[in-house]
Amino acid sequence: MTRLQKRQLLTGLLFVSPWVAGFLAFSLYPFLASAYFSACDYSVLSPAVWVGPDNYLTLARDTIFWQAVWNTLFFAAVSIPLGLLMSLTLAILLNFNVPGIGIFRTIFFLPSLMPLVCLAVLWLWMLNGDVGLINAALQPILKTLNSLFSLSLTPPNWLQEPAFAKWGLIFTGLWGVGHAMVIFLAGLQDIPRHLYESAEIDGAGFWQKTWAITLPMLSPVIYFNGIMSLIGSFQVFAVPYVMTDGGDGPERSLLFLATYLYQNAFDYWNMGYACAIGLFIFILILLLTLLATKVSSRHVHYEGN
Amino acid sequence: MKIIPDFFSVRRNLLLLGMLPILLGLAGCKPVVSPPPGRIVIRYWDKWSGFEAEAMRAVVDDFNASQNRIWVDFSSVSQINRKLMLAIGGGVPPDVAGLFGNTLAVYAENNALTPLDRLAQENGVSQERYIQVFWNICHHLGHLWALPSSPASLGLVWNKKVFRENGLDPEHAPTSIEELEKINDRLVRRDKQGRLVSVGHLPSEPGWWPAIWGWWFGGDLWDGHHITADSPANLKAMEWIASYPKRFEARELLSFRDGFGNFASPQNAFFTGRIAIILQGPWIHTFIQKFAPPDFEWGVAAFPSADPKRLSGVTLVETDVLVIPAGASHPREAFEFIQYVNTLKPMEKLCLGQRKFSPLREVSADFFSRHPNPHIRTFLELAQGPQARSVPPITIWALYENDMKQAFGKVWTGATTPVAALHEVQVHLEQEFTQRQRRWDRLADVLQQKWREE
Repeated sequence: MTRLQKRQLLTGLLFVSPWVAGFLAFSLYPFLASAYFSACDYSVLSPAVWVGPDNYLTLARDTIFWQAVWNTLFFAAVSIPLGLLMSLTLAILLNFNVPGIGIFRTIFFLPSLMPLVCLAVLWLWMLNGDVGLINAALQPILKTLNSLFSLSLTPPNWLQEPAFAKWGLIFTGLWGVGHAMVIFLAGLQDIPRHLYESAEIDGAGFWQKTWAITLPMLSPVIYFNGIMSLIGSFQVFAVPYVMTDGGDGPERSLLFLATYLYQNAFDYWNMGYACAIGLFIFILILLLTLLATKVSSRHVHYEGN
Repeated sequence: MKIIPDFFSVRRNLLLLGMLPILLGLAGCKPVVSPPPGRIVIRYWDKWSGFEAEAMRAVVDDFNASQNRIWVDFSSVSQINRKLMLAIGGGVPPDVAGLFGNTLAVYAENNALTPLDRLAQENGVSQERYIQVFWNICHHLGHLWALPSSPASLGLVWNKKVFRENGLDPEHAPTSIEELEKINDRLVRRDKQGRLVSVGHLPSEPGWWPAIWGWWFGGDLWDGHHITADSPANLKAMEWIASYPKRFEARELLSFRDGFGNFASPQNAFFTGRIAIILQGPWIHTFIQKFAPPDFEWGVAAFPSADPKRLSGVTLVETDVLVIPAGASHPREAFEFIQYVNTLKPMEKLCLGQRKFSPLREVSADFFSRHPNPHIRTFLELAQGPQARSVPPITIWALYENDMKQAFGKVWTGATTPVAALHEVQVHLEQEFTQRQRRWDRLADVLQQKWREE
């Protein structure tokens, strides 16, 4: 290595050193430490005692933990496709060149800027069983259905009934699709215009263009948003935490893995167990991301390739 | 040539000076008062905010003015349990912290507090000064960990106007659960669509103590050694809870409850007359003054029990406490401040400001006449009574409370039977308790030795 190359290497290392130092101190060390503490009985303030696989064996038997796993998987399985579908549909609609399109884009993006706590409080009232706007909108529909089919349907108490609580949370989450929508919109505008023009010359309609051009060209963006939603939905915490006043929701239907981790770490003084839950979430997200990458490898098309 | 001709002009400076209070007001800040030079600074965190924090701030100001050696720097800290745990773990705890009395066991067993036995002994602080139950709450594992700040007890609070309007004696509160339910039946009102408009009492409103209903049926949560969540008396209480979804429809109860406003709002169901009887503490007076209609009339009595002869005056007593976290820089000075708060005048100033009664045996002649809460004497008498109980001093109390809340919720909606709900709680808590006991057994000898030496 020449002197110039050494100097360039040193300069490069110096430039990346803040990131490397931050990564080591705030990502790698906490990760390794939590992996170690996950094999300890540890309450933060008393010394950590090595207990081997005890925490993981307890996890395996812990019915509340498995309920949290189920809640999280259900939430992810419904909210990710629904969120992607909604953000993609909105992005396609907002990609039309119509007058005032900038205003429409702003209107649809604005709700995603709302802080999560405000969002939770707002939707607490929206989903209120007695005076909520959602039920006010549902009342006439259910009334019509009842009179047509001799039914006795009543609107649910969204956040009070276990069967509806997660659905209420999923609807709340749809308010945050603005970020994914903007990324989709950027992806849509990146698709070369000449592809559509060629298709139009060949007589393709809107659906054919969407299926044959938009979706394949947008596949890397769909993949990116999908992975981001996957990670986000496994970390869901603030909104259910506020909506349930720090609790678990009716019959623990709103207890998610991140909430259970937090409760164990800070409410129950069980940091070792919380670390084990954290590692479980990490491995679960890692496996699902690898699976998504594997499954989508045949359907994601990069322009460079 | 003027380089910066206007910036330092008198007019500009006066304008900026005039705007300063507005800017500070907008930022929600108060000018920081620096401690006078040469004083030992004691950092004091407490969970209180609003009028409760202001009451303590006034006591702190008095202490700072009363001597010239120590300066207490008071901060109102939200989510204090978590922040204090991390501060102690990080080696930078405050010198004094204000906690809920029911968290002392978990802090003590995790080596997070400084035992106060020696400091109390040296300074002549002893049991004689306090109402017994509050002195007991401050002890765990044979050590003194805290001194009380402001205490409370729970009683039945009823809306006299609703009683009168429905032909009930507004001066008579029910004394048994049976009588409570008779009144309850008389106060149920429905609208034309058959929807509930008002009821007498619901155990779910405001639902802050779902774990302790068994006390009014002769039950307990802990026998000193074991979890007793599924004891026969607790089961009776749960059966009483289960009677509600049988009398009303579970969904109707949930919908009715959903229609209530926030507790701290004029839409509070008790203030609007939708619920006539609730279980509450002395702080309710502040909320009534702030949010209830001007003609709101209320009374306080012991909450009725299943067996009034044997279980008259059952109540939960709790107290906020002042502790010295482990690793505090100035424990002696911190104790001097805590001891100051625990003398007659400062304690009464604090409790009057927070609308509570004093945990001290001795009370000034004019304490009750100056107290804004007309029912404060009733709350004090409940705390002094033989049936005053505090929550179990166990490290899994937070978990216990949450599990009982879940059990209550399931029974309330008819999703499970009382027996099944309490059995689930019992099994889960026994496992957790055994695990914590194992942790304590590993540390007990070392910690007890350390605490004896401190």
